[in-house]
Amino acid sequence: MLYREAGDFSSTYEKDGQTFPIKFDRWGYYVLLAVAFLVVPFLINDYWANAVFVPFLIYAIAALGLNILTGYCGQVSLGTGGFMAVGAYACYKLMTSFPDVSIFFHVLIAGGITAGVGVIFGLPSLRIKGFYLAVATLAAQFFLVWLFNKVPWFYNYSASGQISSPERTVFGIIVTGPNTDAWAKYMFCLIIAVLLAWIARNLTRGAVGRKWMAIRDMDIAAEIIGVNPLKAKLSAFAVSSFFIGVAGALFFSVYLGAVEVGEAFGIQKSFLVLFMIIIGGLGSIFGSFAGAAFMVLLPVLLKNILVGQLGWATDLAAHIEFMIVGGLIIGFLIMEPHGLAQLWRLAKEKLRLWPFPH
Amino acid sequence: MKLKMATMVLAGVMAAAPAMAELVFPALSYRTGPYAANGIPFADGYQDYFTLINERDGGIGGEKIKLVECETGYNTEKGVECYEATKGQGALLYQPLSTGITYQLIPKVSADGIPMHSMGYGRTSAKNGKVFKWIFNYPANYWDGASIAVKHILDQEGGDLSGKKIALVYHNSAYGKEPIRTLQELSKKHGYEFVEIAVDHPGQEQKSQWLQIRRDKPDYVLMWGWGVMNQVAIQEAANIRFPMDHFIGIWWSGSENDVMPVGDGADGYKALNMHLPGADFPIYEDLKAHVYDKGMAAGAGDQHGSVLYNRGMYAAMLAVEAAKKAQELSGVAAINAAQMRDGMEALVIDAATMEALGLPNFGPGFEVTCENHGGSGLGIVQQWDAAAGQWNQITDYIESDKEVIEPLVMEDSAAYAAESGIEERCN
Repeated sequence: MLYREAGDFSSTYEKDGQTFPIKFDRWGYYVLLAVAFLVVPFLINDYWANAVFVPFLIYAIAALGLNILTGYCGQVSLGTGGFMAVGAYACYKLMTSFPDVSIFFHVLIAGGITAGVGVIFGLPSLRIKGFYLAVATLAAQFFLVWLFNKVPWFYNYSASGQISSPERTVFGIIVTGPNTDAWAKYMFCLIIAVLLAWIARNLTRGAVGRKWMAIRDMDIAAEIIGVNPLKAKLSAFAVSSFFIGVAGALFFSVYLGAVEVGEAFGIQKSFLVLFMIIIGGLGSIFGSFAGAAFMVLLPVLLKNILVGQLGWATDLAAHIEFMIVGGLIIGFLIMEPHGLAQLWRLAKEKLRLWPFPH
Repeated sequence: MKLKMATMVLAGVMAAAPAMAELVFPALSYRTGPYAANGIPFADGYQDYFTLINERDGGIGGEKIKLVECETGYNTEKGVECYEATKGQGALLYQPLSTGITYQLIPKVSADGIPMHSMGYGRTSAKNGKVFKWIFNYPANYWDGASIAVKHILDQEGGDLSGKKIALVYHNSAYGKEPIRTLQELSKKHGYEFVEIAVDHPGQEQKSQWLQIRRDKPDYVLMWGWGVMNQVAIQEAANIRFPMDHFIGIWWSGSENDVMPVGDGADGYKALNMHLPGADFPIYEDLKAHVYDKGMAAGAGDQHGSVLYNRGMYAAMLAVEAAKKAQELSGVAAINAAQMRDGMEALVIDAATMEALGLPNFGPGFEVTCENHGGSGLGIVQQWDAAAGQWNQITDYIESDKEVIEPLVMEDSAAYAAESGIEERCN
């Protein structure tokens, strides 16, 4: 009844091509942004920032990045953890080498450096496909982690090989280091996440995105209609790695503050982000956020319910949590193999017809 | 006021309103994951000692202890979540039992003003109290451990190590890398050849590392391992028939859980310890009467007397003693985190204290001062007897080589102070 196109007339091409053609959706989106920017920062405390919002936003950025590569361009990658590590270490080197520059630029430049590294490791994608490419990116994962462990220059020759983020500011507001306020952390990640999601959305519905999708659907056909696979694949690797690099930089500098490469950016991280986009929905911006929320927030929620509310033993709760999350993943994938984004899409289709489905 | 507000909000969020009158000790433990075999006994010991104090003495100075357990799985992200979840409840002291989480929390606890005790792990240079106001790592640290192991080897070799080869098998993380610098310095001093062999997390696969050891034939192998890595390394050493008495683990690689799975092959394996192994102490009678028999033992209750259980108990005991000291100094029973820190800094443990606590000779005597947060740096060497199924103490307390360690501590802490803009205290 409320949720329908009827009565919502597009009088220009721009209006016809907008992301949210239905008024209800559009308003929902504006309200969500308004709440995120104007309400949450005033209510947030350290726990909500560090355990819920900041990891969610950072993983959402990483999932967006991987979704561009895997979901839109069809190139399977298991190198996400390694690329996040590139972002983190680039950010660390930049932060410590140029302490006077705003951290905002460091994060973006770290993303740029990761994009360069991603292109190099994307080169094999011109020759190999599918599972074989996954193995090639897996090599990137192990190589990069090994590199950051092995070469002391990357961690400024510290005794333990740990990198720790010093205090840095944006417009005089501290966003990294231990004295950061919860809202500053959150806002910094939110602004970058919204900006990158907006870029991703507009890239994927433009010519660049259509080329990626053409390559994904059938690369030979795409080549015949004039899509250059070299440009399309490498641009997908570059953009994807940029996003993942930014996520890695934020993960290290804003979220954790100190990381060691093997533990923070190991192969588990690659799988985690891959699961996010599979559960969220391949080739969907909303899916990236939904997947990140599912994988990051659900364990925290379950922990708080099982240990905080029900008072279970922590080890029992941790094991049950694995089972519940695992069960839900299997359940979701059986019911809807295209992920949460498809569930959302179906729900919207049904809502449009409601209450007269026939 | 702001803190109080934040606390109230948090309490509302967690819907588990804490009674602020209790002394809150968070336990960031791990009973799951690849490090659980070592995390469980420590967590049980830590918990049981606090239960004992509550049951037998009615708390510390009349204040009951509230232990808030949070599962980290040795994972730094979960560690952050646990820290944020517990810090608002009036946490007095953090003991994360993970070098990675310790590194992460050092700046955070310093900013929030909550002391952290990383007993024999964490950042070694936190020994320098001039720089690390809120961090303590008494009674001994990794660099002490490295030096004690080398001293023991010197002892075995009649005081001369020139031409000998010592390999370090280490967990490829901040934890495992900690002793490298000390061992390099010591190799310059004593003239042995030093080989580093890294094992990646979690360490279930070590065939190539032990193949390298078999080929290089080092005279001694030291190990900085944790969790499942320990059992695998000891098994692999047994497989290549490496002489077990030439294989020495740090105190985190010397528990029953590490050697038991290897069976007779592990016989003769040595490890360091900062306290005595075994259940042959009067305190176990109290534990039995007040905790075990009342059915209040933590976990499955099957770890009593194991090395890491003792260590967890030791960690809790030092925390309780520091809290007593803090109450004495401040004159109030319901101490806060800042008063707890003052208590830790004034902590004195001697043979009489240990005797009175029912743990005679259990740990070394030491004194914490404003400059020295690292204690005395003493450790023993223990050896596994597979037939009897127990660890035997084979040396007296060995003192580490301060001549080598002190300059390293100063260098590293000065670098940290410069990096984070900290001014030295205690002058």
